[in-house]
Formats: sequence, structure tokens, C-alpha cells
Amino acid sequence: MALSGMRGLSVFISDVRNCQNKEQERVRVDKELANIRTRFKNQRGLTAYEKKKYVWKMLYIYMLGYDVDFGHMETVALISAPKYAEKQVGYIVTSCLLNENHDFLRLVINTVRNDIIGRNETFQCLALTMVGNVGGREFSESLAPDVQKLLISNSCRPLVRKKAALCLLRLYRKNPDVVNVEGWSQQMVQLLDERDLGVLTAVMSLLVALVASNPDGYTNCLSKCVYILERLTKSQDILQEYTYYGIPSPWLQVKTMRVLQYFPVIEDSTIRKGLFDVLHRILVGTDVVKNVNKNNASHAVLFEAIALVMHLDADKDLMSQCVALLGKFVAVREPNIRYLGLENMTRMLLVADVSESIKKHQAHIITSLKDPDISIRRRSLDLLYGMCDISNAKDIVEELLQYLTTADFAIREELALKAAILAEKFAPNLAWYVEVILQLIEKAGDFVSDDIWYRVVQFVTNNDDLQAFAAAKAREYLDKPAVHETMVKVAGYLLGEYSHLLARRPGCSPKEVFHIVHDKFPTVTTPTKAILLSAYVKILMHTQPLDQELQVQVEEVFKRCENVVDAEVQQRAVEYITLSRKGSSMVDIMAEMPKFPERQSALIKKAEDTEGESTEMSATKLRQQQNSMALVVADPGPANGGLPPPSEQLALPEPPPPSVETAAIPKAYVNGTSSPHPSASTNGDLLGDLLAPLAIEAPPVTTPPPPPSQVDDPGDPLALALYDQQVNQIKPIGSIEDWFRALSLKDSGVLYEDPYIQIGIKSDWREAQAKVVLFLGNKHTASLVNVRVLILPAPHLKMQFSQVPDTIPPRAQVQVPVEVVCLSASRETAVLDFSYTTSTLPVSVKLRLPTLMNKFLQPAPISASDFVAHWRALVGPPTKLQDVVRGVRPMPVSDMGDLFNSLHIGVAPGLDPNVNNIVAATTFYSQAGATLCLVRVETDPSDRTQMRLTVASQDPNATYELKEFIKEQVIDIPVAPVPAPAPSPAAWGLTGPAAALVGLI
Amino acid sequence: MNCSVTGKTPIIIGWRIHFVLLISRQGKVRLTKWYSPYSQKERTKVIRELSGMILSRGPKLCNFIEWRGLKVVYKRYASLYFCMCVDTEDNELETLEIIHHYVEILDRYFGNVCELDLIFNFHKAYYILDEVLIAGELQESSKKSVARVIAAQDTLIDNAKEQANSLSNMIAQATK
Repeated sequence: MALSGMRGLSVFISDVRNCQNKEQERVRVDKELANIRTRFKNQRGLTAYEKKKYVWKMLYIYMLGYDVDFGHMETVALISAPKYAEKQVGYIVTSCLLNENHDFLRLVINTVRNDIIGRNETFQCLALTMVGNVGGREFSESLAPDVQKLLISNSCRPLVRKKAALCLLRLYRKNPDVVNVEGWSQQMVQLLDERDLGVLTAVMSLLVALVASNPDGYTNCLSKCVYILERLTKSQDILQEYTYYGIPSPWLQVKTMRVLQYFPVIEDSTIRKGLFDVLHRILVGTDVVKNVNKNNASHAVLFEAIALVMHLDADKDLMSQCVALLGKFVAVREPNIRYLGLENMTRMLLVADVSESIKKHQAHIITSLKDPDISIRRRSLDLLYGMCDISNAKDIVEELLQYLTTADFAIREELALKAAILAEKFAPNLAWYVEVILQLIEKAGDFVSDDIWYRVVQFVTNNDDLQAFAAAKAREYLDKPAVHETMVKVAGYLLGEYSHLLARRPGCSPKEVFHIVHDKFPTVTTPTKAILLSAYVKILMHTQPLDQELQVQVEEVFKRCENVVDAEVQQRAVEYITLSRKGSSMVDIMAEMPKFPERQSALIKKAEDTEGESTEMSATKLRQQQNSMALVVADPGPANGGLPPPSEQLALPEPPPPSVETAAIPKAYVNGTSSPHPSASTNGDLLGDLLAPLAIEAPPVTTPPPPPSQVDDPGDPLALALYDQQVNQIKPIGSIEDWFRALSLKDSGVLYEDPYIQIGIKSDWREAQAKVVLFLGNKHTASLVNVRVLILPAPHLKMQFSQVPDTIPPRAQVQVPVEVVCLSASRETAVLDFSYTTSTLPVSVKLRLPTLMNKFLQPAPISASDFVAHWRALVGPPTKLQDVVRGVRPMPVSDMGDLFNSLHIGVAPGLDPNVNNIVAATTFYSQAGATLCLVRVETDPSDRTQMRLTVASQDPNATYELKEFIKEQVIDIPVAPVPAPAPSPAAWGLTGPAAALVGLI
Repeated sequence: MNCSVTGKTPIIIGWRIHFVLLISRQGKVRLTKWYSPYSQKERTKVIRELSGMILSRGPKLCNFIEWRGLKVVYKRYASLYFCMCVDTEDNELETLEIIHHYVEILDRYFGNVCELDLIFNFHKAYYILDEVLIAGELQESSKKSVARVIAAQDTLIDNAKEQANSLSNMIAQATK
């Protein structure tokens, strides 16, 4: 065991290691934490060595998973220590414990700057490393020029300059404005002449980031990069210490090739030829060797070269070499290389017409689908999905189905979806398609959404020669011991419509079919029961003359359902009893469903639109596809028999049909799924089509205008449900609420993201004014159209923003600057009403913007005497308000202090002698000027769920709003009840768009 | 119109390595270093999630796992798992060799490094890492160069200790 050099630390670590269980460990750690806390509190006699030791101990305790927040201050303070030994500990531990958003970091900006511009090289290194690892926006603004100077300085040693390069990279990521392209691109060219490979590697990393965001600005670096690559691959004048297992810095090679992938084209033919030679050399010259590390390093370079060849997509020979190599890789045993072979082959499909050559490797790729490693299985699945076309769909889909039975849960959903999409896209014939989907339902029913089986029904209905086959298949599946509910639905439907075509087969008489379907009845949910009832009446109808025995059995079922709570089932039961007694008129009404109008599957259309451009199937893309499948059926339009298109989202209420005396249960009509005549399906929901049991030949009924109350009533639960359904077709890939919460404490971040678009926010708050920039980034390979951005400002905010273009091109980003001025205090936020249309789907979202009250606050440093003076001057309501807040999220006082600080309500520690109290001061800025607000919180150590909150300021409105704002921040809404009455918009005193939102959220 | 439309702009410029984790076979954390801003809560969650996934993977599988839209490259050395999280587009083998590069440097420094070395000298593991990576990017690919810097740092700290010792000796002498 090596000596740690600090005895106390070693002893402590040994103690912890000797603990028998977690409980003992906790006791030992708590003892140590208590000790450190006391020592920090009473600093007298605390030597530098001890401080250092305690801070290291805290890092160790932190790694064990304990909270050491109390020590952040001491840790950060060590940065300002004069001696290297302490400074080093301060810098290293700070960068491990804190992230860029911690306020404590602000306290040391000056010290850090002094270390950076000072003459002491070791201090420079420490400071650059820390800023490079955790520097945030403020560091970016105040340090970037100094760091740039160090990077280009002639007098600094390489050690400092390489750190400066990476530090600048971090600052650039935080705020791209710190680098001015015009001046800096020339500097970069010079930096690329660097002889020291350590510095050059760091500079190249910086260049990757610069070029990635502005390829045009740095074209002058292109030739230098190619030259560096040539030099490396030829091993010209590379120091021994910069070779890795005999390979000249593989990392620098990879990075250089990465830079080259960001330049759109290489125009200069000499440079291009030089680059092609290098790439050719890498492609042919990389051999498999025994040493793992050498192999990895050389293949890292090789895969990057393949990526670069794909990017250039200019040379046929190079391209076919790549395909040949990848073909070799997907067949090797070594898992890493095989994984990467599969991954890169999938990428290759995107850029080049190589599907024929890739098909040769199908057998190997399918083998990987059964690999024990889920990472490899995923890659194989993606590749199979990408390479599937008409010629191999049958093989591939059948492989996927076979694999589905043994696949682990983590991959099932993806697998089922991909199989469904491929089956629809490339079905060689419809019978095969029907069979695949039925198998899919059997093996992974949970993952087969309704849209998929609706599609099956459409195909079967429209193809006479498919009907008997489908009904027979459905009958077979019902014989199996465990039948998924989706299978019951589709089988019930198909047998209801078409079982009469099977009547002569053994086991398929109407009675037998009825019994086998009805066996499932007790175990299924109500929507399925409704489908089954329709199936029964249809089976009955097909026995002409009516089978008396069957009629008795079926009617018995209907009678039992007459009193079911569910309106849908009840209505059907009542109606069908009546209908089944109508004799021959039943035959008219219950005739087979007419053909659906041919319509292109939105999925297929989408696939055609993006053909050749996007075959890769990431999880997010899958979700998009799934959504487009949903559209196949949700597509509002004349769904059946050329009915008029719907004019309202909400289904129109229908009058009761003449044949049913008492069935006018209005509620059942509203949802429009069961009205027993065809115009009921005008709600445009295919569900209506499929479930409406009656044929179009029914006597036409004129539709009276709907009672306005039902159409216009926004409170109708169904209307809301339909609306939600539409909105949710494209789902955000995260929680809007979480994003908002994060943004309420930060100045930049993601506001919203779905598979197509990312909306980011960057904001700069200056007293009562703010510059907020919305970044709308199209993540997709197709344009987003009908982009509409509306900002509904809250009454207390003045907001201005410029027009947004109607279309966002593929992979492009649009910036929308918004100017915000705060007029008065309020807890409300502005709302962004945002909508766009992808190639198929309209998407509309309403998002709260983080223009919260705390953004207009700034911590006010205040002395004890000033505080007391102000506090006393404000005597009572309305300028000084007090509330007892219950249902507070339990947290230690220190955490609450941190929360306040993060909200820009500056806690003044030590002002209140009682440690359970917090006193804070902040300045609220509005157009009217600055208002000093004072806050006092008294917590009860025995009951952390309540506290007394007092807020005081000159402005009664600001006082009230700040008090309420703080309450909102500390109350744990989901767990504890809010003391205020039910949070209806009115009760919260909200007006404007935020009030409208409350209802939605 | 005040809007700029630029082609091919990545929405948020990616990090190379988002974080580095060292986890023992028993699931104990031996080192964590976060280059992307994760809050304390997220950090705990990430560690829990990933250690579960990585420790349960058998031998002879590939060194990459796909996780939350990112990729984790990991390698086991004796009882320790070294993990680095990168973006999906990043070069996996290159990252794998950064891990090995770091391990070789540790090995050279400690002389046949073992888990105990890294437990009792975790602080050194941290400052050695700081000489290998900054901002999630490889800082130095020469092992020799890293070794030189670390040796210089050790000297500085030892000097400080001697000074402190002699100082406390003097005080002890004086107050006798």
C-alpha cells in the first residue's frame, strides 16, 4: 500500500473500510462530519495542514454518497490560500464538488483571475484546470481574454498553453461570443503550426468546437489539418513519447479527421488528393494485431477515416473499400469491432447507395441479433431495419418475429414496432402482412397499438380474397390457451364480419365461433366487450334463417349487459336486442362493412418522402414513426363510404335512430362510437368506423343541427380528451415541468424538446430588463413548416420579439431574440404558444417561459444595522406581511438558505442569532425602479413542514407577490396539501394566459 | 427581421466526455468527475443506474453500452470498472484508449496500481486525472509528460510539508 502522506486521512479511510455494514459506516462518517464541522466553525488553531486534510476527507465522504454541502465554503476558500499545497486542494476539490451553477464559484472569480494572469506557472495551471472543468458563463465573460492571451503567448510553456486551449474551449461552449471569428481564425492557423503535440492536441479539440459551429469561418485551417494528418500517418518527426503502441498519437489523428468532417467540401484539388491518399493508406494499412490496445487505437483511427470518407462521399474506390471493411467487421468475433461494424454500416446506408453490397452480409447481421450482448443486438436491429426492402422484408421480419419470443424486455417494444413498420412498408402480399401482425400481437400484444390492428382490419375489409383467410387465422389464435386482449379485439371483429365464410369448416359453425369468442368475454375490458357484442349480433345475423338456439344464447348475453354501468356496452346491448328481433331488416342493418376508401398510409408516405435520406432508426425516430402510424387512423376525413368530412373535432350528437325506442342515452352518442347508423362516424375517428357495427345501407337519417350547448361547451370532458390526443401525438422527450424548473434557476438550457425540435433558451437578466433568446433547432432531416411563435405576455411584463420565419430548414437553427421589461411584481410567467408542422403532423404546445419573479431580483448585501432600520420602518400590512406556511418541503435550514440564494434572495448569514431562522434581502427591479425587499423565515426545528414567513418592502404589491412566490417555491405541492383553498385559477389570483394554462397542466 | 438561420449548427455544442466514473466490483464509487453540469441529485441517480447496468454485464461483451441517448465506454481492470460517458457520435475506441492511457499513467506512478492504491490515494487519482483530461477532452497523450508534471507537483507539496514540519518543530521547541 502506498503511503497517502496524510496520516489522519489514512486512518479515517481504514476505519470506514473496516465497518461491517452500512450502518456502522454511517456512524463513523457522521462522527467525522461532526468533527469537521466543529473544527471549521471554530477556526482558531486550525492549521493549513489540517484544513487541507479535512477538505480531502470531505471529498472522500462525498464519494461515499454523503452530503457535504456545509463544507463548500471552506473548500472554495482554500483557493485563495497563498501556498501551493492548500491552493491545489482547494481547486481540485472545488471542481469535484461544485458544478458551474453554484454561487460560491462567483466568490472566487477574482482570485482565479489573479492566478491566471499572475506570474506563478503552477498557480496558472491550477486555475486553468478548474475553470476548464467547471467554469460557467460568468467565468466565460470575465476570463476569456486572459485565457486567449496565455494560449498565444510566446513566453508560456506548453504545459500552460495546452491547459489554456482546453479552458478556452470550455468558455467557448458556455458562451460562443467570447471568440471573435474574424480575428481568431488567423490565430488558429498559426496555432496549428505548433510543434508540441500536447498543445496541438488541445488546440485541435478547440478547433473541432469552433469549426462545428462555424465551418465557413475557419476554412483557412483546412490545408493545415490535412498536412498534420499526412505528417502523423507518415510518422514524420513524431517524438517517441507521442506514439501509442507504435501509432503516432491516435487521438490527434482522430480529432484532425473529426475537424475535417465539419467542412462541407474541399475545393482545392491538391489538398483533396493529399487527403484521399492518407485515407487510402489508413483503409488498406490497418491490420488486426494481437495487442488489444494497439488494435483498438489503430481501429479508432480506421473508423474515423471511414466516417470521413462517408462525409466526403466523393470517391467511389474509397467508398467500396469502406463497405468491404465493414463487411469484414460485422462477421468478426471481437465484440467491439463487430459493434462498430454494425453501427457504421447503418450510418453508411444513410449516405450511399450501398444496400446491395450490404445485403450480402445479411446472414452475419442476423447472427448478431442473437448475440448475448444487448448493445450488439440493438445495433443489429437498427441495421436490419435500415437495410430492409421489398426483396428481403420477408426474411428479416420473420427473423425479428422469431427473435421476439426470446428477446429480453428492454428491446421488445422497439423490436415489435420495427417489425410492424417493416411489415407494412414492404409486405410482398397482404396475407403475409395480416399473418405477421397477428403473430406480433400474439408474441408482444402489449406493444401493438390499436392503430396497427385497425390497419389490418382496413386491409381485410378492402380485399375480398383475404377475408376468409383472416377469419380462419383469427379463429386459430383464439384456440391458444392465453390470448392477448388485442388479439381478442381483432379476432372478435374479424370473426363477426367474416366467420360465415368459414361456416363449412370443422369447428367454425356460428355457434362454435360464438362460444369460443364468448369464452374470452369475462376477462376483457369494456371497450373490447363492446366490440364483442357487435361481433355476436353479426354472427347471429349471418345464420339465415336465424338459429333460434343461438339467438337465445346471444340475447341472454345482451340482457345481462343491459344494466352495465358503461354506457357504450349498455347501449349496444339494448339496441342489439331490439334489432335482433327485427328479423329481415336486421340483415340490412347488419350487413358487412363497406370498403374503406383507399388511402395511403401516412407511414409509407413519410418513408417515401425521406427515402435515401433517412433509413437510420434511432429510438426517437421510431417514436416519430409510431406517431405517423397513429395518423393512419386518426386522420380525420371521410373514413367510410364517402361520408362528409367532419366540421367539428367533437363528435356531433346524433338523434336516436328510429328503430331504438329507449336507447337515447345522450352520453353514448356524444362519443360517437356506437351510433347505429353510418353518419355517426362523421367524427372522423376510425375507431368510429371500425366499431360502428352497422352498414351503410341503413335507412338514411337526416342529421339535425347539433344542440349548440354540446358543441361549444369547452368543459365537455370528451372534447378535452380528443384535444389532448391530438396534442400528444408528438411527445416531448422529457418533462416540460422539469425543464421549466431547471430554467427557473438557470439562465440557459432546454425549454422543450421532442423528436423534431429542440427549443433552447439563453437569457441575460439585467435588473428590470432581460434579453432572452429562444433557439429553435430543427433536429430532423426535413423542414418544419407552419412554424408559429406567439408570446402571450403576462400583464406585468412588456415583451417584444421579432418575426419568426415560417419554415425551419433541416438541421438548422433559428434564433428569436425577445426583449423583456418588468413593469411590476407578479408571480406569473409569460407563455410561449408554439406550433409547427412536420411532414405530416401538426404540433402545438404551450410552454411557460421562465420569466419568473426571481429573475428580476438581485441579492442585496446589507449590514445588520441597515436591515434592522429598514425592518423597523415597515410596520405592518400592507408593506409588511406575515404568513404561517404549512406543507413546506422538509429541508435543513442550510438547504433553504441555498434555495433562497439560488432564487437571488440573498441570505445574510449571522444576522439573526437564532440558527433556525433565515434573514435575507433582495432588490426587486421593475421599470418603476428598485425596491429593497426584506425576508425573514422562522423555522421550527421540531416540525420542518411549517415555517413563519415575513416579507417587507416599500411596495405593497411587491411584498405580497414576493411572499406568495417564496411560498410557491418552498411548498411541496404533490405531497403536502397547500394551505390555500383549491388552486383554481381564480383562487390563485391569476389572470391572463397563465390562468388558461393552469387548467391544462 | 432579426433572425439568423444557419445551416448545420449543432444546437448545443457537445461535450467530449460528460463524466468519468470509477466503480469497484462491489459497486463502491472510487472516483467521480463531472465535466457536464449535473446536479447532485442527478449525479447520485446516474451512478446508481450505471453501476447497476455495468456490473451486471458479463465478460467478453463489448465495452460500450447505450444509455439515455448517450454512450458509456467502460473497461474492467481487476476489481475496478473505469467508465467514461460520451455522445453517441463520438469515437468509442478512442475513448476506450483514453481509459487505458489513464490506467497506464496510474500504473506507472504507483508501480503496479491496485484498487487499494486508489482508495488510500484517491486525491492523487484526482490530480493525475486533471493532467490527463480537461473539460472532458484529452489534454496530454504523452505519459512521460504527465509523469513529469505530477512529479513536480509532488515535490512542491513535499516541500510545503517539510516547511510546515520544521515550522511546527520550531514552535514546539520554542514553547517547550
